[in-house]
Amino acid sequence: MVLQSLKNCLWLSCVLRTPKACFWSTASGDLIIQSVSNDVYQNLAVEDWIHDHMDLEKQQVLFLWRNSPAVVIGRHQNPWQECNLRLLRQKNIKLARRRSGGGTVYHDLGNINLTFFTTRKKYERMENLKLVVKALKALRPQLDVHVTDRYDILLDRQYKISGTAAKLGRTSAYHHCTLLCNADKFLLSSVLKSPFKGLKSNATPSVPALVKNLFEEDPSLTSEMLLDAIAKEYAVQHQIDHHITLINPADETLLPGISDKTKELQTWEWVYGKTPKFSVSTCLNMVYKDSILDVKVNMDVKHGRIEVCNIDLPEQWLPPGLYSELVKSLTGSKFCPNETTALVTTLLRVCPQDNELHTRWSLLCENIIRLM
Amino acid sequence: VCIHRVRSCSSIRFIKSKYVCVFDKSALKFSHQQRLFRTSAVSCGQIVQFKLSDIGEGITEVTVKEWYIKEGDTVSQFDSICEVQSDKASVTITSRYDGIIRKLHYSIDDIAFVGKPLVDIEIDASKGVASEEDVVETPPMSHEEHTHQEIKGHKTLATPAVRRLAMENNIKLSEVVGTGKDNRILKEDILNYLAKQTGAILPPSPKAEIAPPQRKAEAVLAAPKDKACKIPVPVSRPIAFAGKDKTEPVTGFQKAMVKTMSAALKIPHFGYSDEIDLTQLVQLREELKPLAEIRGVKLSFMPFFIKAASLGLLQYPILNASLDENCQNVTYKASHNIGVAMDTEQGLIVPNVKNVQVCSVFDIAVELNRLQSLGSAGQLGTSDLTGGTFTLSNIGTIGGTYAKPVILPPEVAIGALGKIQVLPRFNSKGEVFKAQIMNVSWSADHRIIDGATMARFSNLWKSYLENPASMLLDLK
Repeated sequence: MVLQSLKNCLWLSCVLRTPKACFWSTASGDLIIQSVSNDVYQNLAVEDWIHDHMDLEKQQVLFLWRNSPAVVIGRHQNPWQECNLRLLRQKNIKLARRRSGGGTVYHDLGNINLTFFTTRKKYERMENLKLVVKALKALRPQLDVHVTDRYDILLDRQYKISGTAAKLGRTSAYHHCTLLCNADKFLLSSVLKSPFKGLKSNATPSVPALVKNLFEEDPSLTSEMLLDAIAKEYAVQHQIDHHITLINPADETLLPGISDKTKELQTWEWVYGKTPKFSVSTCLNMVYKDSILDVKVNMDVKHGRIEVCNIDLPEQWLPPGLYSELVKSLTGSKFCPNETTALVTTLLRVCPQDNELHTRWSLLCENIIRLM
Repeated sequence: VCIHRVRSCSSIRFIKSKYVCVFDKSALKFSHQQRLFRTSAVSCGQIVQFKLSDIGEGITEVTVKEWYIKEGDTVSQFDSICEVQSDKASVTITSRYDGIIRKLHYSIDDIAFVGKPLVDIEIDASKGVASEEDVVETPPMSHEEHTHQEIKGHKTLATPAVRRLAMENNIKLSEVVGTGKDNRILKEDILNYLAKQTGAILPPSPKAEIAPPQRKAEAVLAAPKDKACKIPVPVSRPIAFAGKDKTEPVTGFQKAMVKTMSAALKIPHFGYSDEIDLTQLVQLREELKPLAEIRGVKLSFMPFFIKAASLGLLQYPILNASLDENCQNVTYKASHNIGVAMDTEQGLIVPNVKNVQVCSVFDIAVELNRLQSLGSAGQLGTSDLTGGTFTLSNIGTIGGTYAKPVILPPEVAIGALGKIQVLPRFNSKGEVFKAQIMNVSWSADHRIIDGATMARFSNLWKSYLENPASMLLDLK
């Protein structure tokens, strides 16, 4: 027992972590790198950078990273369909869209991310996941973990502890996966549940799964230990030193062009605007003066903007001029609560100053904004 | 008279293009005939079916998720064509050829098959890739950065960018001496070759649809041929600016602003500006800042400006009024909902602090903090943004001294506050001292507000701020 833990301590101290600038050209053999940042956008930008700029023929890369609370949707998914946007905003959880396919995941510091960079020829997801399982078993032989043919890793044959996604380009490819060590499961399940009703879309849907943290199985496990174990196994299989190079995703000299990539990942046009075309068909139940008004709303949203907008109001509830002004302004506008709030409040300035009218307008607009 | 240039058609080469010629009526010798030649990009390029290449892992079908190009677009080799998805993998398909997209074989969300045509590309005949081998590429081939061009039996190595440069300048690669590795032709080699051609008028590029309009002008170089001129004149190479204008529709919030601002400028504005000595206020704020921090609130100057404005409005309520559409009635608003202009990502947002007339300076500071954090998070609600009766714009935090603010309907007045500067001023003893000076610029609706009212209000507001203790007397 003592020998085992001593051995662990020894190799842990052997796993050197040094920040090294300008190591790209000098390093030979495959690389293991780890991000010093917990910003999901910066880390996704590093993936983009390596994918676009590194010659992976010469060396393959394993990238290790963790994020502060964020929801990451797949390239072709619909955020309104996949998560509870209002809850995300309330809790200040970031929303990011990655460039690889697949489903939606929740990240926090209790979850580790692994990205395997290879040439397109050498793209091999199963091998990578088997490496992870081998590392886990080496660390804790009693763990019942295996890889499914859907490229998930299951614990005890039923709980998903890892999800996979991949991106293939012309010459390079990457396969990344998550690994749940000690994430906030409660928050995970609440943010990944969308309250949206009446949404029709061809976006890739996520497949919900029962999840479990490795920590629950073995409380002695930490994210650090898992990262080290996987790095060690990679080093062995790729015949290199178990040396993890730290990189700073904000370092423009090491990664020229990285700040532009980071910025692009944060733009509304990327996160929301890349959502495949979808339609919203719902009914607002507005409480107005002791009665309930049922207002049918139909909208087509393309590139995150309202292409077509239909609001079925009782006749003369709003003056016709004002109603058409609202519909006209919403058309072409972003399907975004912030944008819409600014829009409707600004429009109100040029309406007749009538309290009744203002109340109705505010009621209708607030209900529409709540949809977004 | 216009000149036709048609390249002879042989078994290998193809007719390149036709030129526009419109006969001017007056230039016509023939009495009634008018012959018009069409311009067309109809080049007899070869249409190649670009098939979906192997994805790996034994995958045979994928879903098309996004097209990056459309029919008629010009693509270069390695440009992205589309994004497809297969089983959690998103794949970017890039073009193998330079050419024009003629047909997309799938729509979004269709299933595409590996080995079947994805797009039809009309390729440039001068490339000499006419003899096509099987297009289903195996991955090793796609790694070739340098394509081989077989001309007269030589293999000429050059990157696609270099090949394009040569083609656009009508240079045969076989005539250029390559100085790179393996006799590779580099960009410098092309430019050197071109430099040797100085003085010759380069023919306009035959590919009318690819060459930007500047090319025709650029082709005529300015080298004088005058033998008497001894001094060699440097060849002026006009700087080619490849930027393009970008037109976007005005939508959403911007559209609403257009409407509001158009309405605003229908209001006859008059301006009134003044200078405020904030020396005493600066000192007071320094004393009160730590107290506010203990209570968890950031105290800026705005709460003082806002409260002083409200006190002023109690004396001059017409500045807190609203004129109806037909200018028939003036409504004196009971609440002082003072708007604070905020600069956000979207543009100018004006949330307001409600009922300032019953708020203390501290209450205002708390509310401002709340509005500012919501504003930067993009989470302001409709009630925060409606109901304003008077507005202050602290443009000085960005810069500037005097301004000409635009009244936000349905209000009748607005104030713009410049930045606080340290300037020398004379005190009552005639001595020069360091004063903290800020400029304010008011605009008001001249239909119901007159200059005298605005001036008196401004003086009152100024006196409260220059001597903050006097605010205590009138605080409600």
